[in-house]
Amino acid sequence: MHPFTYTKAADTREALNAGRRGGRYIAGGTTLVDLMRETVEHPGSLVDISALPLRSVTATKSGGLRIGALVTMTEAAAHPKVHALYPVVSQALELSASPQLRNMATIGGNIMQRTRCTYFRDVTAPCNKREPGSGCAALHGYNRSHAILGTTDDCVATHPSDAAVAFAALEATVHLLGPAGERTVPFADFHLKPGSTPHHEQALRPGELITAVEIPPHPRPLKSGYLKVRDRQSYEFALTSAAVALHLRHGVIREAKVAAGGVGTVPWKLPAVERELIGRRPSNALWTKAAERAADGARPLEHNRFKVELLKRTVERQLRVVGGGK
Amino acid sequence: MSTELPDSAVSPPAESGSAPTRRTFIATTTVAGGAALAGGLVAVPLPGSGEAAAAEAPHGSRVSLTVNGVRRTVTIDNRTSLLDLLREHLDLTGSKKGCNAGACGACTVLVDGRRVNSCLTLAVRLDGAEVTTIEGLAKGERLHPLQQAFIDQDAFQCGYCTPGQIMSGVACVQEGHTGSAEEIREWMSGNICRCGCYVKIVRAVEQTAGRK
Repeated sequence: MHPFTYTKAADTREALNAGRRGGRYIAGGTTLVDLMRETVEHPGSLVDISALPLRSVTATKSGGLRIGALVTMTEAAAHPKVHALYPVVSQALELSASPQLRNMATIGGNIMQRTRCTYFRDVTAPCNKREPGSGCAALHGYNRSHAILGTTDDCVATHPSDAAVAFAALEATVHLLGPAGERTVPFADFHLKPGSTPHHEQALRPGELITAVEIPPHPRPLKSGYLKVRDRQSYEFALTSAAVALHLRHGVIREAKVAAGGVGTVPWKLPAVERELIGRRPSNALWTKAAERAADGARPLEHNRFKVELLKRTVERQLRVVGGGK
Repeated sequence: MSTELPDSAVSPPAESGSAPTRRTFIATTTVAGGAALAGGLVAVPLPGSGEAAAAEAPHGSRVSLTVNGVRRTVTIDNRTSLLDLLREHLDLTGSKKGCNAGACGACTVLVDGRRVNSCLTLAVRLDGAEVTTIEGLAKGERLHPLQQAFIDQDAFQCGYCTPGQIMSGVACVQEGHTGSAEEIREWMSGNICRCGCYVKIVRAVEQTAGRK
């Protein structure tokens, strides 16, 4: 690990001042400390933001839910409102990492997680994300766990977060605070696809701080859930996953929010699947037909071809779990 | 080494000056081998020497925290993990270093009552925190019920993961995630046991939860 200076910000203004001077924010630290030890990350100065007042979950006037950036994964998953209104978020969180890590990691940090690509983590391997222009070792390497959607020849790494998949499905917004003031970014625009600049991962401006993730109001009742498929039963990243939320009225699907994880370079929204569902009645035939569209545009690699079919089946099963039908 | 025991509040290792223990032997040979790991196994000297220099150095900090009920004030390199603080500075070697990357749970301790991976916790961030390690569980000669349950159920073989399993299990019971064997397995999944004692570990947690 490279040496660094450490300051603990007493309030938001102090944090932003330190951030403007190039300080790196640290919340739970479960990703950052790990990557610093591997020397993938080497910030010269850390700004501890854990004392900032970003720890509450509050209902918004419009009927949505605002989750403070420093709410831990444990707290968010167990929060009565999150649990009752958005089971898909609770489930995605509880299927992530381990109880220890969820006690440390925060919601803001969770959506800032960096990829688990082994070549990214291995400082001796070429990686455009870690070292722009050095190449992508995964493209023709061992790429079983890598992405099939949103990839380029410059980067095929997946985004590792489960919660971000649920937030993407629910069309959340990210609240930011920076030297120029507050702004919000739609979740779909927050994570950047690699293109030819895979080292640019989020739509954050220098010194900006995530203050909250807000879930907009959805018509109720909203049935939702998260399915995660992985190599072992627990404490593992997704091979594929599906976040599904459905609102039915008089037996007809009026709203459908679907996203997939473990397959995309960013949390992957599935609008084509959603369109197949709107205005139709739940049935096994419908789930199958809609899930057929889950891998639209997939570009599988040598070792992850299985993900194309696995993704469709993951989405189909979770549509059935949430939507029922015969 | 100036940063190894930088503060008078830190008691020196019990056997210092006498016959080398396994740990001091390993540390010595590591340095002799030229493999001083940055921020890792062996504390790296800060620029300058002595406690004052370490406190003023830009990459070091003074931290005051409570470990197993005892107030400790230490001056450390900012890179020091809680795990290394415990093992290398405070001579509390019960917490184990497995993966050092948050993937195995061997380093699990309680910080302010919640289980965390001490390997991914920067000690510099713990000013004012209360830490409980495996050494802090027993009351004198009386073992914590989960420690006793691990013996009763024969829940370990090599024992390396056991301190982490027990600290995680204590939290698991406190959290109430013990409704069924399946629930315990899920909520203990952050602790890997390469000997494969999972069945008996679950029984030990069940035994303890049943007593509460």
